[in-house]
Amino acid sequence: MTAQSKEMTAEATSSWLRTLVDLAVPVLAVLTALAIGALVIWASGADVVAAYKGLLEGALGSMRGITETLVLATPYTLAGLAVALGFRCGLFNIGVEGQFYIGALFSVYVGYAVKGLPMLVHVPLALLVGALGGALWGAIPGFLKARLGAHEVINTIMMNYIAVKTVDYLVKNPMRDATSTIPRTPFIERSATLPQLLAPYRLHLGFLIAVAAIFVVYWLLWKTTLGFEIRTVGANPDAAQYAGMSVTRNFVLAMLLSGALAGLAGTSEVLGTNRNLPAAFVSGYGFDSIAIALLAKSHPFGILPAALLWAGLRQGAGLMQVRAAISIDLINIVQALVIVFIAADEIIRWIYRIRRPKEEIREVVFTRGWGR
Amino acid sequence: MTQATGFRLSRLQVYALLFILLGLLLLAVAQLRIEPEQVSTLGFEKLGRRKVPTQLTVTALGTLCAALGVATYALKTRGGVLLLLALSAAMLGLLTALAQGASIDLVGMLASSLRMSTPIALGALAGILCERAGIVNIAIEGMMLAAAAFGFGASLFFENLWVGVLAAMVVGGLMAALHAVMSIRFKTDQIISGTAINILAVGASGFLRRAYLVQAYFVGKTLTSIKIPLLSEVPVLGTIFFRNQPIVYLMLILLAALHIVLFYTPWGLRTRAVGEHPLAADTVGVNVFRMRYINVIAAGCIAGLAGAWFSLETVGSFEDLMTAGKGYIALAAMIFGNWNPIGAFLGALLFGFADALQIKLQILNVPLPYQFLGMAPYIATMIVLGGVIGRTTPPAAEGIPYEK
Amino acid sequence: MTLALETRGCSKAFPGVQACDSISFQLEKGEIHAVLGENGAGKTTLMNIIYGLYDEDEGEVFLNGEEVDIRAPSDAIRRGIGMVHQHFMLIPVFTVAENIMLGMETTKNGLLDEQGAAKQIREFSHQFGLDVDPNAYVKDLPVGIQQRVEIIKALYRKADILILDEPTAVLTPQEAKELFEIMRSLAAQGKSIIFITHKLKEVFAVADRITVLRNGRVVGTTTPGEATEAKLAEMMVGREVILTVDKGPPELGDVVLKVEDLVVLDDRRVQAVDGVSLQVRAGEILGVAGVQGNGQTELVEAITGLRPVLSGEIEILGHDTTHSTPRQIIEAGVAHVPEDRQKHGLVLSYPLVDNLVLSTYYRPPFAHGLLIDNEAVDEFGREVIAEYDVRTPSEYVLAGKLSGGNQQKLIVAREFSRPSELVIAAQPTRGLDVGSIEFIHQRLVEKRDAGSGILLVSVELDEIMSLSDRIAVLYQGKIIDTLPASEATRERLGLLMAGVHKEENK
Repeated sequence: MTAQSKEMTAEATSSWLRTLVDLAVPVLAVLTALAIGALVIWASGADVVAAYKGLLEGALGSMRGITETLVLATPYTLAGLAVALGFRCGLFNIGVEGQFYIGALFSVYVGYAVKGLPMLVHVPLALLVGALGGALWGAIPGFLKARLGAHEVINTIMMNYIAVKTVDYLVKNPMRDATSTIPRTPFIERSATLPQLLAPYRLHLGFLIAVAAIFVVYWLLWKTTLGFEIRTVGANPDAAQYAGMSVTRNFVLAMLLSGALAGLAGTSEVLGTNRNLPAAFVSGYGFDSIAIALLAKSHPFGILPAALLWAGLRQGAGLMQVRAAISIDLINIVQALVIVFIAADEIIRWIYRIRRPKEEIREVVFTRGWGR
Repeated sequence: MTQATGFRLSRLQVYALLFILLGLLLLAVAQLRIEPEQVSTLGFEKLGRRKVPTQLTVTALGTLCAALGVATYALKTRGGVLLLLALSAAMLGLLTALAQGASIDLVGMLASSLRMSTPIALGALAGILCERAGIVNIAIEGMMLAAAAFGFGASLFFENLWVGVLAAMVVGGLMAALHAVMSIRFKTDQIISGTAINILAVGASGFLRRAYLVQAYFVGKTLTSIKIPLLSEVPVLGTIFFRNQPIVYLMLILLAALHIVLFYTPWGLRTRAVGEHPLAADTVGVNVFRMRYINVIAAGCIAGLAGAWFSLETVGSFEDLMTAGKGYIALAAMIFGNWNPIGAFLGALLFGFADALQIKLQILNVPLPYQFLGMAPYIATMIVLGGVIGRTTPPAAEGIPYEK
Repeated sequence: MTLALETRGCSKAFPGVQACDSISFQLEKGEIHAVLGENGAGKTTLMNIIYGLYDEDEGEVFLNGEEVDIRAPSDAIRRGIGMVHQHFMLIPVFTVAENIMLGMETTKNGLLDEQGAAKQIREFSHQFGLDVDPNAYVKDLPVGIQQRVEIIKALYRKADILILDEPTAVLTPQEAKELFEIMRSLAAQGKSIIFITHKLKEVFAVADRITVLRNGRVVGTTTPGEATEAKLAEMMVGREVILTVDKGPPELGDVVLKVEDLVVLDDRRVQAVDGVSLQVRAGEILGVAGVQGNGQTELVEAITGLRPVLSGEIEILGHDTTHSTPRQIIEAGVAHVPEDRQKHGLVLSYPLVDNLVLSTYYRPPFAHGLLIDNEAVDEFGREVIAEYDVRTPSEYVLAGKLSGGNQQKLIVAREFSRPSELVIAAQPTRGLDVGSIEFIHQRLVEKRDAGSGILLVSVELDEIMSLSDRIAVLYQGKIIDTLPASEATRERLGLLMAGVHKEENK
């Protein structure tokens, strides 16, 4: 072997090792967060072993557990994809929550108001409309950023609050099901319901749609010209502009697509899991999706494992609460810690003495100050 | 990055246009929606109440507002004063219109506005301190929330509201310390680390509430108002400024103090230097890291004080997510004020007015669903942000981790 | 006589490069000692060690005969070492007084005493002949005055040793002459000055002694009396250097670029380009000379569509491109080598192959409709990298890992591998080693001989003079004069760059 090719092989092997080590960091982050969680449980006087056994059993111990985990993972996957796509364009879409709601709103309306369609038409229509709703809600802050340079962080958060209040009003008034005691919309038609995959469990087609979305997003980002532009704008907007790409157009496009995915998440929940939209619709997908995207390092193929993990934690928390008599909020803390550790993966590297490759080049940077 | 259009309006002109629009809107409302016979009763507290013909008054005020807007656009100088007058005219017009057939106590509205602006102003001050030193902080919301929860918890445990306030400030400082360590030592992307803190705050405060605070739900004790002797008797101004709960006073004091420190002391000079050009500061011997740590933690304490406003001064207990986005609105106020305490305070007042208005409207039974009224502050934030971005000067080096 | 400053065996390594390799350097009291070397030779690194910004791996530093350990700039300042960096350490939104007193503020009752500081500064600067207005905002000051503020900053802190890092990079030849006078006056007052530069001609103007660095090592120390330009150049580069480029007369064709009465605003809404008219024909190189900050950046950005035009016209190959987008301009047949290669020219986190199709990814053969043909992209990348001699272990290496010279070659490879009738090259050899500079100059001349028109914008006079067929001088946003290269001398260009019109020039 020549000296140069020896060097190249060494470089290749070490880069392989580095990738492996890089993948280890998210795993270690989760384990460390769980360890701290164990500490908190112990400090509050509860049984740590019972708690974590309950967690594991609740998530994976039964068919019901597994399918429920997958049911939870469906919106997580789509929402995580939404955030990851935004990240790739250098955009921080914290508005997934609002886009989720609006998508749910639009699709539930099509679901109960439109009657007499065959399922083959009704379901895709409702899905489309839901995605459209989310896309719209995402496009507004995207447009504001593109035209005015207004930072998407505050705007998307504001849109969240506006969405919540809008849905609240609509569900309690014009869209309210008069026959029900709790404020909610009417149930959607049978023809709009996402079919179950494994009766009698709740797992529905939405899960497969989510998995399909992963491949679509991957294909979009790495195999198409649109995706190339989106990634370039995220990696270096100045170079993108110089090379002829329209930065503003890509911002709007990315927010549109991201919103559409988030809207799809809300849609799948409405069409598959709840089959109506209650006023007290569960929230929290906003922050969860950020965690999942970070865990997956914004790569579509990492989203599914991350979403499954997250869903598993949520699902298992119920049984953990019963078995060890501790508050369900503990899982919130564990999840929050995971995010903290992932966000500052330097902390994990520092704890476990994993060296960051010296000349690491940052893939995406979004903190660029307010509106510049 | 450069914009596509060559012709750009200055900040002043944008606001001028806004007021022209507002004035015309009031005019339209007056002519189209108000019956000529309607009468509004405007209360000026000690100075008595005045009945005014609604349509006429609103028309007049709307015209005045629009006229002032035109004047500002044309004259450009003295713009600040003219806009303030336009704002007053608009607010008065709006209130009069809403009070048709009923009465509104204007002094009460202003006092409410000041009170509701307190957490936003404190949050904005916290943001200014942080960002002037170069650290972007979107975790003000989380710091407030955690502080509100843990401050309340401490007040129960020690059976003393003031200990609770102190605890709130400490918790705010601790969360800020975490943000500082992540941003400065570990050079995390500051928006991500801020978001992580927000998530942690939601988790921790929720946990605390369900685990420990639920039984104390009905306590309802809040910090008592303090009446400044003599000054509180002054009509109008006395009621607004000198009859408040303690945290409002603290806010006003901090406002002045921060302004002086930032712009008139060596500490402030060095802080601003570190946020504009940390390398330059480093080369003359300023310890960039130390300055940033201290400023961020101090900012956290101020945010903690804001948290205390929620649970210890206003409501008397802790509810999930009770900060309702005020931490983000505070950032908008900070940007609106161009990173100056006084400007940010004016922004906070505006948002406080929107809050107070929303509550007032619900009391007045205005035929608009409460959800839409509740959206007002958030929409206002988006409008303010949109109109102001690109015409402000943020600290040049903010958001960029400093590497030696 | 004790040396004011001495380093013995100083070494400093960064990942992958030995920036300083056992450097021993001596500075006598009251002398002006030039440190000469090309980009990357280790001059700035050595000075940063002395100033405490870096910690040396090995070696010692002596001040007035005593060994010292300088850990931070504050140490260096305390010991009387002042440094004026190449990129100013000034805060634009602060006043001169605030900048000068930062870190050692004058106070009254705990509050900043700006008046007092202003008074002190006025007295102080007058003493050294460096008058400035303490209450002016730095961002409003011209670059030459800003540099004075930097010098005052150092002297205010009682510096006995002044390190000036490439101070003439931002000055006109006239301003540089003024600077040299100031330096001589300071040296006469007992200050010792280290003057870093890569410009040969300057050292003859002002240095008492010259030390040449190459690849982190000291090549030798000499005096202006003993050395010649050629000898110094050889010491800098290590081989015989041809100081001019070989080129024949231009074969002119049609006008490829026409700019008429162009007015462009800069980021501060000030007229940076103030009515510029110029023409470039196929087969010629038009060099635009001028000190940084006179509108070159904005001019190039306007022509390439990156900045809006306030008034005036731009015509490329007969089409009006005044308000065209960058993409339209690229498609019209324009190649653009940007001024800032890391900001505009490359996506550092992308592999080389992706960077090479940054402007062409959407056209066949690289894409058909929406789909990208990655194989075609890779194939193209391999060909071009070989053709332009970009040194890299593989075509998939991330662009950020390449050296500056190779990054620039990559950009040139990308831009020149498209057929283009107009080439716009802005500071194409900034910060590069001589080998890369020669390569790029060669390619530019080749392009010109193949029939393209080239607009070369550069602050390096030597580059302009050796490559251009015609030279236009930009001063404060206006073209002061345009002359054929044969008539251009350094002195004449220098005067033009300082704004002296041709009537007074004769």
